[in-house]
Amino acid sequence: MALTGVQIYKFLPKTNCKECDFPTCLAFAMKLAAGGVELAACPYVSDEGKAALAAASKPPIRLVTIGAGEKKIEVGNETVLFRHEKTFVHPTGLVVRIKDTASADDVAKTVAEVSGYSVDRVGMTFGLDGFAIQNDSGDAAAFAKCVETVSSKSDLPLILMATDPAAMSAALGKVGDAKPLIYAATKDNIDQMVELAKKCGCALAVRSSDGLNELAELTEKAIAAGVEDLIIDSGVRDFAGTLTTLTQIRRLALAKRFEPLGYPVITFPGEGASSLDEEAVLAAQHIAKYGSIVVIDNFTPALALALITMRLNIYTDPQKPIQMKPGLYQIGEPKAESPLCVTTNFSLTYFSIAGELEGAGWASWLLVCDTERLSVLTAWSAGKFDAEKIAKTVKGENAAEKVSHRNVIIPGGVAVLRGELEEELPDWKIMVGPREAMAVGGYLKENWKN
Amino acid sequence: MPDVEIPVEKWTGTIKEVKLGGGGRKEVVVGGETTLPFLTFEGSIPNPPKIAIEVHDKEPSTWPALLLNAWGDAVKDPGTWAKKAAELGADIICLKLLSAHPEGGNTGAAEAKAAVDKVLSAVDLPLVVIGPGVAEKDNEVLTASSEAARGQRVALGNCEEKNYRTVAAVCISDGHVAIAKTPLDINLCKQLNIMLSDIGVPLDSILMDPDTGALGYGIEYGYSINERLRLAALGGDNMTALPIINHAGSEVWRQKEARASEGVPEAWGDQEERSVIWESVTASSVINAGCDIVVMTHPKAVERVKATINKLMGK
Repeated sequence: MALTGVQIYKFLPKTNCKECDFPTCLAFAMKLAAGGVELAACPYVSDEGKAALAAASKPPIRLVTIGAGEKKIEVGNETVLFRHEKTFVHPTGLVVRIKDTASADDVAKTVAEVSGYSVDRVGMTFGLDGFAIQNDSGDAAAFAKCVETVSSKSDLPLILMATDPAAMSAALGKVGDAKPLIYAATKDNIDQMVELAKKCGCALAVRSSDGLNELAELTEKAIAAGVEDLIIDSGVRDFAGTLTTLTQIRRLALAKRFEPLGYPVITFPGEGASSLDEEAVLAAQHIAKYGSIVVIDNFTPALALALITMRLNIYTDPQKPIQMKPGLYQIGEPKAESPLCVTTNFSLTYFSIAGELEGAGWASWLLVCDTERLSVLTAWSAGKFDAEKIAKTVKGENAAEKVSHRNVIIPGGVAVLRGELEEELPDWKIMVGPREAMAVGGYLKENWKN
Repeated sequence: MPDVEIPVEKWTGTIKEVKLGGGGRKEVVVGGETTLPFLTFEGSIPNPPKIAIEVHDKEPSTWPALLLNAWGDAVKDPGTWAKKAAELGADIICLKLLSAHPEGGNTGAAEAKAAVDKVLSAVDLPLVVIGPGVAEKDNEVLTASSEAARGQRVALGNCEEKNYRTVAAVCISDGHVAIAKTPLDINLCKQLNIMLSDIGVPLDSILMDPDTGALGYGIEYGYSINERLRLAALGGDNMTALPIINHAGSEVWRQKEARASEGVPEAWGDQEERSVIWESVTASSVINAGCDIVVMTHPKAVERVKATINKLMGK
């Protein structure tokens, strides 16, 4: 838990020397508590004070990196239990499991499908984050070969899953400096796994077979041995158990500052589910409730799309709603004579109107103006959705080349812009649509004559 | 050796129990929770979330073929449809009087009564009746529905900020439950509960519909509003301590991800798999955030979410 200004003040020299550029030590402490300045700005703080303040400012859930390079996965650093309290910060890493018992062809196929998987949502591109390769064969050589195959075909981060330290060691030898996650240290092999993690500078996953006490015991052991980049696995797999356990881990880390469990959590929804759609539901639960790495067994495009979307939604900062990239969007397969509607780039506004047009079966052109994520009326009253902005977007997106008519429909909420817009767009007829997206189907039926 | 002390919240609030059915009809109770969804280590969940299956008073005109095929000829008659929904495991039937919409047939009280009668005589499950969402027509058809279902305690909706008096009044006089619908805003939600309570609707006769979007279409709003309502309620705020109803199915089936069979990117995969996952994930997410009655549409998604609720309840 962060310290208050007054608590920090106790560790400062209280000399008001002003060398930190603040008039008093208390003023500096207040600014420090608010995160506006670094402790290093005070030249006189004692070592004891530094240690105490460093411990207090340590994030309650450690930030851990898996992989190296541009595509590395960063998870942790979460500060809230509920997304509305602030926001969730590091989106869940979605990785696909491959077993070393699969044929070389199947492995190659999965690697190609998963690493090539990409979807566009709200004007951005998203994909999957990595592979977990499991030593199911029990054979160290087969495992190493499988790891080598995957790593040669993809630059996505890897999780190496084996309990035999010899197999892990052999596989680590095949991946160079790729910094995979070592999964997993258990009570039977922790000493050797810790050594491997230290040797190659990789993050280490720790798995309990008997609840949170054993898990905390294992992380303390790893930390004592010098490995701090940890990912934790409670060993629990089912719906109710993971919800309860992951909630308890998050609460312990945040509310109790219980350091042994202040690490990102890895989950395996496929092991708690008996079908693909059940795995999807459990994986979605893990995205919402505290899974930092979710390992998928049944990869299909539909499942990946749903989970990527869930992650995008849950990890959206409530203070910064999802925005649509401004532009001219197609609803259905519009023709040159299809309606042209104007809206804002607040995602919910876009989704409402796009959904209604889609639902009512109106293939149309939807022109999204950059209103800085504000809805129609809010944007209008903030001066971010005016005639000039609409006219500029109509011209900038070359709407006149896409449609053969010259009718543009503006939201009913900004009917007042009509006159001004007629001046800005003299070649166009400005039509005033309904105030509510829900009424657009009826409005078009009544007013749109092809 | 570390001794992990599990933090346990001491909640002071309890969600009101709301009963539907009775009068010869099967009874279903929702609410009563003294803890966050499924966290039974610190409170109780006496009534697990329930699934209502959506039934329309006329054959759906905007449903995609995949969804229509899943129901077959049943969609031609609300009674037959309700019967099939009951067989598929519905706890509640949610009858939507869409034909009363001025643009969807503009039917009136007599047709509404006939549709309600058909469903009531076809199944013994409790009923939720939703009007077309146009104030004047809502008042007309919900009043007729209220009379048709007198003594069988159904839920009638929607009561909205601009139009709640008529529906609230018939709920009071006929002993039904009012559904308070607000647009994704916790303060408006609480305010409407207060207004309903002020005009005499007992708190054990209100369900809240705080609205939600589908996965990919604003589910994060519905999810967080459910969580905030539930946290406020467990913290002791009586005016938010009411069961939540969410229409997950109809939100999902308005969206391309569920509807489109072709002309979508390859990365979207198979339509049936995608749409069932979409509805299942949307429904189970709002349940995980506090929903008590989730209104659903596709039989396979219903089956999936029913199993999920059982598993979350440790069954």
